[in-house]
Amino acid sequence: MEEPTDTEVVRILQARAALFQSIRTFFSERGFVEVDTPAIVPSPGLDVHLSALEVRGPDGGPVGWLATSPEYQMKRLLAAGATRVFQLGKSFRADEQGPFHEREFTMLEWYRTRATSDDVMADTEALIASLAGASRRPEAGSLTKTWERRTVDEVMREHAGSGADDFKDDEAFFRAWVDHVQPKLGVDAPVFVVDWPRSMASLAQLNADGTADRFEGFYRGVELCNGFGELTDPVEQRTRFEHDQQTRSAAGLPVYPIDEKFIQALEHGIPPSAGNALGVDRLLMLLEGADSIQAVMPFPEERT
Amino acid sequence: MADTSDIKKGFKMLQDGVPYAVVEHQFVKPGKGQAFIRTRIKNMITGAVIDRTFKSGEKLERADTEERTMQYLYPEGDSRVFMDTQSYEQMTLTNEQLGDNIYYLLDGTECDIMLFEGRPIGVTPPTFVELVVTETEPGFKGDTSSNTTKPATLETGLQVNVPLFVNTGDKLKVDTRTGDYVERVKG
Repeated sequence: MEEPTDTEVVRILQARAALFQSIRTFFSERGFVEVDTPAIVPSPGLDVHLSALEVRGPDGGPVGWLATSPEYQMKRLLAAGATRVFQLGKSFRADEQGPFHEREFTMLEWYRTRATSDDVMADTEALIASLAGASRRPEAGSLTKTWERRTVDEVMREHAGSGADDFKDDEAFFRAWVDHVQPKLGVDAPVFVVDWPRSMASLAQLNADGTADRFEGFYRGVELCNGFGELTDPVEQRTRFEHDQQTRSAAGLPVYPIDEKFIQALEHGIPPSAGNALGVDRLLMLLEGADSIQAVMPFPEERT
Repeated sequence: MADTSDIKKGFKMLQDGVPYAVVEHQFVKPGKGQAFIRTRIKNMITGAVIDRTFKSGEKLERADTEERTMQYLYPEGDSRVFMDTQSYEQMTLTNEQLGDNIYYLLDGTECDIMLFEGRPIGVTPPTFVELVVTETEPGFKGDTSSNTTKPATLETGLQVNVPLFVNTGDKLKVDTRTGDYVERVKG
């Protein structure tokens, strides 16, 4: 990778600062409170396909993990009475490196009580249309269009020739997904893909048809955000976490603890809620027409 | 045993018993899904390029390949004989294996020969070679600026388009990557 010049680093930082400012304005105007939850957490999330960075103290003793997402802590705030919260901060994922991945990246997450995933998809459309509308770059143009809504089953049938439930396992599903489906998503206008197989959303509630109430936004083949109608049932959540722990153990992966404070928050009670997590580096990349997130991130020497 | 973390441009691996070199590679990881490495890989024997997607962490077998500098010696039937300049070992490549590279071989030309499991599978000639014109229409003196070209045949049988001022007997520099005329060489 070519290192940016000092002038380029300053330009990147200015573009990022302007984007952060616009995001903050958008959410404060809509009554969201900005929160900052800890970077070091007692459980980094049990998603089988996420690998966390462990934090150890000077004596080598375990301290915790860097958060792979602020989801548990932000949902605890909903149990504590918050109704609209957003956060702009760093998340960390080990073993992820590519044109759309870095182990440390900027994530925007927001949660609303008394809201559905449709409400949060509408938030996403409005946010991105306002950002793209303010951009003078032609590349941002299509981001002001209305987002299509397609089910996972529809896009799998169209691009991979098989329905979402027709694959022998998740690996076969995702192989078809990365080779044939995702590159075709959001080519002309952004698209939300909804109604995921229930095995692919540990923190989402279920729809009436048994699919997960999960959506993902795509533009030009890049995954931009992932949101849920949130699972609020503590018993079901613990069952899913235990299942994820067993899967991790069987696969020889580190088994992270269950975040008991998160489960307690669900036991205390969270109103029906929905939320979304959006990759800010990817968003800036798409707004600028760049071809990698590294092109819109400063300090490449810190990332080696 | 290698794995997908070793993949970089030019990494050579065995797939279905055939050596492939990585041309392009990209890390992809769908949300809530496992990570993959999507690659474009080139069959080192036929040159065919295919797409292949590997699971992140998947084990890969390195291809037992080696590149050696060898000198071209002489033709033998439908083949050409080369000699390792260090060990004096001789190796034969068929004209079919050589393809268009056959037109860049003069007695003593030093080439890089790619070996797979000890057997030669391909050749990379020097980037530039100098070849003498054996046939072309007479040149026009003074016409050195025109973009007009004419065909010429060189001593190895290679056909190139050359500027009008080039004459039979001239020595020309040719780019072996493109097969194009570069310049007339003095002397």
